[in-house]
Amino acid sequence: MRRHFPTLVLGLCLSTFAVAAATAPPPAPPPVDPGGGAIPIPPANADNPTADVTSWAEPSQAEPANAADRLSADPVLRGRYLAVAGDCKACHTDVGGAPFAGARPIRTPFGIVYSANITPDARTGIGGWTADEFYRAMHKGVGHGGKRLYSVFPYPYFTHMPRADIDALRAYLGTVPAVSQVKPANRLPFPLNIRFLLRIWNALFFHPGELRPDPAKSEAWNRGAYLVWGPAHCGGCHTPKNFLGADRNKHALQGGRLDNWVAVNLTGDPRQGLAGWDKADIAEYLRSGRNSYAAASGSMQEVIYESTSRMSDADLMAIATYLKDLPPGAPKPGGWAPTEAAMRGGAAIFADACAACHVADGSGVPRFFPPLRGDASLQSKDPTTIVRIILEGSRSLPTPARPTPLAMPAFAWKLDDNEIASVATFVRNAWGNSAPAVPASKVAKLRRRYGGRTGG
Amino acid sequence: MASDPAPVDVLLVGFGWTGAIMGEVLTAAGLNVLALERGGWRDTPNDFAVTFDQDELRYYWRHRLFQNVAHETLTFRNRGDQVALPMRRLGSFLPGAGVGGGGIHWNGQVWRFLPSDFVARSHNVGRYGAAAVPETMTIQDYGITYAELETYYDRFEYLCGVSGKAGNLGGKVQAGGNPFEGPRSRDYPNPPLAMTYGPTLFAEAAARVGFHPFPHPAANMSRAYTNPLGLQLGPCTYCGFCEKFGCGNYSKASPQTTILPILLSRPNFALRTGCEVVKVELSADRKHATGVTYVDETGATIFQAANIVVLSAYILENVRLMLLSGIGTPYDPRTGAGVIGRNYAYQITSSVNVFYDDKLINPFIGAGSLGMIVDDFNGDNFDHSGKGFIGGGYLGVVNTGARPIESHPTPDKTPKWGSAWKKAVAGNYLKTVSIATHGAVMSHRGNYLDLDPTYTDALGRPMLRMTFDFTDNEHRMSDFLTERASDAAKAMGGREIKANKRSGSYDIVPYQTTHNTGGAIMGTDPKTSAINRYLQSWDVPNVFVPGANAFPQNAGYNPMGTVGALTYWCAEAIANHYVKSPGPLVQA
Repeated sequence: MRRHFPTLVLGLCLSTFAVAAATAPPPAPPPVDPGGGAIPIPPANADNPTADVTSWAEPSQAEPANAADRLSADPVLRGRYLAVAGDCKACHTDVGGAPFAGARPIRTPFGIVYSANITPDARTGIGGWTADEFYRAMHKGVGHGGKRLYSVFPYPYFTHMPRADIDALRAYLGTVPAVSQVKPANRLPFPLNIRFLLRIWNALFFHPGELRPDPAKSEAWNRGAYLVWGPAHCGGCHTPKNFLGADRNKHALQGGRLDNWVAVNLTGDPRQGLAGWDKADIAEYLRSGRNSYAAASGSMQEVIYESTSRMSDADLMAIATYLKDLPPGAPKPGGWAPTEAAMRGGAAIFADACAACHVADGSGVPRFFPPLRGDASLQSKDPTTIVRIILEGSRSLPTPARPTPLAMPAFAWKLDDNEIASVATFVRNAWGNSAPAVPASKVAKLRRRYGGRTGG
Repeated sequence: MASDPAPVDVLLVGFGWTGAIMGEVLTAAGLNVLALERGGWRDTPNDFAVTFDQDELRYYWRHRLFQNVAHETLTFRNRGDQVALPMRRLGSFLPGAGVGGGGIHWNGQVWRFLPSDFVARSHNVGRYGAAAVPETMTIQDYGITYAELETYYDRFEYLCGVSGKAGNLGGKVQAGGNPFEGPRSRDYPNPPLAMTYGPTLFAEAAARVGFHPFPHPAANMSRAYTNPLGLQLGPCTYCGFCEKFGCGNYSKASPQTTILPILLSRPNFALRTGCEVVKVELSADRKHATGVTYVDETGATIFQAANIVVLSAYILENVRLMLLSGIGTPYDPRTGAGVIGRNYAYQITSSVNVFYDDKLINPFIGAGSLGMIVDDFNGDNFDHSGKGFIGGGYLGVVNTGARPIESHPTPDKTPKWGSAWKKAVAGNYLKTVSIATHGAVMSHRGNYLDLDPTYTDALGRPMLRMTFDFTDNEHRMSDFLTERASDAAKAMGGREIKANKRSGSYDIVPYQTTHNTGGAIMGTDPKTSAINRYLQSWDVPNVFVPGANAFPQNAGYNPMGTVGALTYWCAEAIANHYVKSPGPLVQA
């Protein structure tokens, strides 16, 4: 997941500030169904990019992954491939906006930062930047005219990229249609809006320098390490952050959180990580959004849709090779034991509301309806993702490999907080799964923010 | 829209099954295709998600997925000497409205017609003599054979992921399948659905009385399936809400589950919803369609130019558009001349209930095409000598789900209301099996479609007028089928049985089936058919009319398998022949 705002910045911030800035306005109540059924039909997620016809009509095939681009003699094609691997478009394109023209609001725990226009427009884009300036931005987080950039722009990762790759990326960005669009002013509270202070953050947390290959490791491992730590900046979401929004690298890739989605542990952790997946499983997931164990949800779908589904199979296997070599972190306390009553209630709700797709034993329909047995995201200590998916539903973005746009419906209007807590606790602890019970108060909190009306 | 939109290669009028198949094949062939759909967009998560899909009141009784008769309906009469009146509430049949058309709320019953069904006139005359087909019975041969259509049947079945068991592979009869079917090139893509108790009891009894039961071929998935376009369907949950409902589990083949995500992603395809085509516009010599006029959802009237116009609406609207546009000569029942509206036909059904005391059938476990079927009495699978009718039908137990408002079988002599009725419903709901018969309707001189002289729709256009009744042929045949169903019913060991015959004139009010056929039929002679063997208008060769309108008479099977096959056949003819050399594909 790559909406890197947790890497954003700056201490000196009061926690109350952070909460206030991060709280989205409450969603409008769903419209009442005019059709006259016994139960109103809930609307699709208002902010879900697959909620309407036009998203069906905008396939990921439109800009096909071209594995050959990566090794092309043409820097523009190499740069295009890097832009896909880096998923630049995701942050640098507003919803419904022109590609790479920026102005997308990135909600961070500290406030809203708007992405930059990186089209070649001379006035509002980066058309006036020299190659050295572009390299300095990517390598050191210093923009045009010496302005310090917030690390929501993940230069702590891009610094690992060699100059040749950064020049290729610039060559490609020079070919996209120039769009005149001024970046709106960030909405960060004082003193976070003082860019000078970013120097302190950099001094504490930023280690510039290109990544050096490890000669003891295979070529695939080194390529994977480069992608993970460089353009693909996986840790932007999957590494936990400290209170200043910097990566806690002692726990690199052991799972993070952003925008109230849990980014799963990418190490070999047996329960919350990828221990059960082999390399081909990881590559299949990144290519198609699904494998026999899981289906992508939340922000990871966007990453797969725009980025990894368009990368070469060799690169996906390289990422898998590197990830499978990551040791699990320190073992987490296990043996959660929810009450029998909670499990019994949850089992009944599961049978009524969930089993038709996810199957009575949680085995799902692999590559179609996600299996719940053994799922890492489901068993994350933090239940945010599972609760949000039950409240809001989820849609699979189509990929060329899996073009069917599947959806799980929202249950916010149908199940109350206790019921959702109960069924979430059940699926987290049935069939050999184990994770802390979900309190109804947690559901209530997420419902207030995302879920619309109270059910029941 | 300030100016007329740019011309397109192919314009699809209506966007259900036939429109989606046409769009897929023709865009794959590189043509620029636009579909105009009078209804709205519909998809699984927004319109029939599992959290609210199983709602009988909303979807069936309140007609959420069906044509809105306040906007447009048809008029009906049984005979030409009556005055037709408008249908103010749908009954006997339920045309869909919106993207996916009836392909959303169908049951997924995918049949192939028998080889002899395609040559109904010559076959029956050949076997039983000219007297077997009365003068007023206007049945015809299709002008296409089963062998020619086999590969297109196969293509539709694999698109849909049909669950079933082949009965005839390359001429070899297969145990457990339908021994009467035409030869198949390969088996169904998926095995049969898991069979429930009621159909199993029927199949055992049917075999005991010498019939040949086999599982109904079903576009309900018996397992997860990925179709040739790469689209996925999930295993059916047997929830019992197929017919008249959309499927919330992606388990029933529909344009939405099997075609649209791929088709809508193609840059040479476009869809406009809320756009009702009012007329196909013709050149001055009336031999070429220049495009269509449609009314969009703002009420604006727009001309859309097109090189090819495909009428891919429901059969009733296809025929009406031909009549409104002056494509072909309207049929005149007094002289028998003219072709548009000729040979309208339908389906005739009946049932036999078996009531048990000691068996819990649990009929709510169901799927649209979940059942066991006997085909011994379909088409010409049996000797009709001395029976006084031609044609036939299948009988079987199909557990579509016994939804509670719709389904409350009661034994003979039960009062129609009151506490005794309630007691009978409560006592029998779980313990009743219903054997259905599903029979052919031959075409007859007096059954036809034309424009109503009195009533108009919301846009001021004449409504379609349907003149239809069952004849002696249908009644004799249906009674014969009901008797054979009773033979099986008696062998099922219940407490009592009750035969529900179809008697008297056709009644358009109670629901029967949405299997309207004919009116713009295919054939070899422009004097007796509206379209040629490629479903191309004889009169306006850049108009194609795929759909059940092409059936010269109705067979004893549900029509969609044959509609799908004919649509692929027609689409391939356009892509491979018409585009290279526009003009009539068959010289009259």
